[in-house]
Amino acid sequence: MANKRPTGKRIDEPTGTETVGHEWDGIEELDTPMPRWWLWTFYLTIVFAIFYVIAFPAWPMVDKATEGVLGWSSRGQLAKEISAADLARQGVRDRLARIPIERLPEDSALMAQAVAGGNAAFKVNCVQCHGSGAAGSQNLGYPNLNDDDWLWGGDLRAIEYTLTHGIRQAGHDETRMSIMPAFEGMLEPAQVEAVVSHVLSLSGKAEGSALGAQTFADNCAVCHGARGEGSREFGAPSLNDAIWLRGSTREDIRRQVLNPRLGMMPKWEGRLDPVTIKMLAAYVHSLGGGEDFVEVAADPAVEVDEQP
Amino acid sequence: MNSPDGPAGKNDRDTDVAVEDGVARTNRPVSSAVADPGAATHRHEPHEPERAHLPEKLYEKRQAVHNKRIDGPFRRFKWAMMIVTLAIYYVTPWIRWDRGPYAPDQAVLVDLANRRFYMFGIEIWPHEFYFVAGLLIMAGIGLFLVTSAVGRAWCGYACPQTVWTDLFQHVDRFVDGDRNARMRLDAAPWTWGKVLRRAFKWTIYAVIGFATGGAWILYFADAPTLFRDFFAGDAAPVAYITVAVLTLTTVVLGGFMREQVCIYMCPWPRIQSAMLDEKSLIVTYKDWRGEPRGSVKKARKHPGEFGDCIDCNLCVAVCPTGIDIREGPQIGCITCALCIDACDRVMAEVGRPRGLIDYATLEDCEREARGETPRSPWRTLLRPRTIAYSLIWGSIGLALLFALGVRSHTGLTVSPDRNPPFMLMSDGSIRNSFTLKLRNMESRPRDMAIALEGLPGGVMWSDTIGRDDAAPAQVMTVPADQTRTMRAYVMAPAGTGERDFAFRITSQDEQRETDSVETRFSAPEAGQPRDSQ
Repeated sequence: MANKRPTGKRIDEPTGTETVGHEWDGIEELDTPMPRWWLWTFYLTIVFAIFYVIAFPAWPMVDKATEGVLGWSSRGQLAKEISAADLARQGVRDRLARIPIERLPEDSALMAQAVAGGNAAFKVNCVQCHGSGAAGSQNLGYPNLNDDDWLWGGDLRAIEYTLTHGIRQAGHDETRMSIMPAFEGMLEPAQVEAVVSHVLSLSGKAEGSALGAQTFADNCAVCHGARGEGSREFGAPSLNDAIWLRGSTREDIRRQVLNPRLGMMPKWEGRLDPVTIKMLAAYVHSLGGGEDFVEVAADPAVEVDEQP
Repeated sequence: MNSPDGPAGKNDRDTDVAVEDGVARTNRPVSSAVADPGAATHRHEPHEPERAHLPEKLYEKRQAVHNKRIDGPFRRFKWAMMIVTLAIYYVTPWIRWDRGPYAPDQAVLVDLANRRFYMFGIEIWPHEFYFVAGLLIMAGIGLFLVTSAVGRAWCGYACPQTVWTDLFQHVDRFVDGDRNARMRLDAAPWTWGKVLRRAFKWTIYAVIGFATGGAWILYFADAPTLFRDFFAGDAAPVAYITVAVLTLTTVVLGGFMREQVCIYMCPWPRIQSAMLDEKSLIVTYKDWRGEPRGSVKKARKHPGEFGDCIDCNLCVAVCPTGIDIREGPQIGCITCALCIDACDRVMAEVGRPRGLIDYATLEDCEREARGETPRSPWRTLLRPRTIAYSLIWGSIGLALLFALGVRSHTGLTVSPDRNPPFMLMSDGSIRNSFTLKLRNMESRPRDMAIALEGLPGGVMWSDTIGRDDAAPAQVMTVPADQTRTMRAYVMAPAGTGERDFAFRITSQDEQRETDSVETRFSAPEAGQPRDSQ
């Protein structure tokens, strides 16, 4: 063709534009330049990339990336956001810190805040044992926190105390402490069978016997009560209701008589701040089984809970 | 596109073709030229004379449309539509409607913050959004109905783009004068006078744009309050951003892009070609009557050789989208009928019958071309297609009205807590927890009774009603226009198995509105010890 350039590329007549020099089934492609706005956008992205690499952490080095002249880091930003969120919560936390837990239910708005905060803290610190729905685990002896059965008391004060000082924390003076003896070797096998039957009979699940009743009165009633009603002073579970911490079959009960397993709960004092503990107490109390203080006053056994 | 040298100038290409062909141009779509086999061969083997006609650029630059002022029945109708639609748009937010102390007193209000939509006596909640969906479907089918009956009448008179474009064209005319003056000014060098004139015009554009965007936000908040806050600088940032965006888009789309929106951006012209048929009323140039074109002088010299069209180009000059209707139905035509006004005026001046350009159906055009009497245009409105659309449109409307009439202002949703599904209490009874949402869709607080149905011995209490007050039914007060969320504890006696039951809510007022939700009571399997799960 006449209008071939030295490069071998043809000029398209109608448009006056070079073709790219290829032909596919008679169709040629125009070598139309990129639009100017596109090119400028492209150049700007290059400029931006250079600025970005200098200003922000970008270039991986041997042990860490370049830091960037602006000193920005995602960790730093997160820390900033966390402290901003903490600052926003500070007012509520201050009010929670000032209010005695006895008076918390009077302030329903603050109570709601505490329950919400406790819910979050529960998800971090408590679900490992008590489960995300606070239903506990029977096989492992973690109590269910939703029901109305409390080993050590279920009003706000009692829950807060349990949270603060834990249960059976060795070397801690204020912890909830009680030990059920292991009756293996102390009781005759017949006595053991009889007392297991007696315990089951307390909730109407088996026939009792005189031997069982006698053995129970001699060995168990001091903590669990004459009728097996339990004692919050010692954290002794009631044996005459439908809730069994470690199972309700004969085997479960026999095992617990011979070689009792005793639950432990960490003391959270020192690990969580008092306000968080207060919020956790409010949350656990709100799960459906929380008790009023009025009931506490009516129940002398729980006065032990009001330790300093 | 009309040529820039005005109504007096000839449209070169048309004239050439008309003269060369020596035959009457037919009403055919512009695109049919591309499908012409002759044109296709030209691509491969260009003839010398054809090559000379090749455009320098493949894309023609847009030429500004300076439409000429015209008066006539259709122009007056367009004025009326413009006034009515703009009045509806600007006045609606200011209409008050007494809703008592619990709801805003605005007749039409989209309350995004509280997720309520108020329209006079009707209050729509988010879960009733099907009303809005229904209205949108009605709008869509209404568009089909209008199109199949009278073509693109929506585009010509009621579409916001048309109304605002019309408004901006009147501003052009007011500031720069009519068509010829505007074209002269466009071509003129940038003198101080032109700069001032343009600045003045664009200021008016901006004011119109601002009024458009400003009225829009009034639909989303109490209008008088927002109006005051807006100018006091106290309104929410989103209000200012919305007004800024809408001002900009109004000026750009209505002030500068105009017919390009209709031709290139709007999807409706693409759909309308499928909606129109030979029975739809459209704006038509009657080529059998008009062609070949010739001036009054030529026609007098050679009687019988020329048609009625005197080629004055006035129909092109008045067109707001700058098309030539004599090229046949085309995508740029919004059937505003200003060309009919123009042509009728010219026909009256030269003493020929009106209607060379007219609203007509293609069927009638053929009939008229054969010399038969066309039917009345009104008869085309009633035919199976329009009747079918009307029936669909009407039945959706009736269904919505029915739904509106029987809908309840009370509602209940229930979600059972799954973790844990049930709870054994120390006395052996079983407790389930549920999250209930009680809806009160009236603008007054109402008492609602919630009762358990189908759960013998079951009692309930809540996070606000203590366990001491547990009972098979409870009464809660739900605030005006609100949904109250409550956690309900439901306890059934020992031995209760898994079973279905229902919560029933009943409003404690003269309406006794009721709603009931079936749910399931979870329990341990009978005979299974609890620790075996």
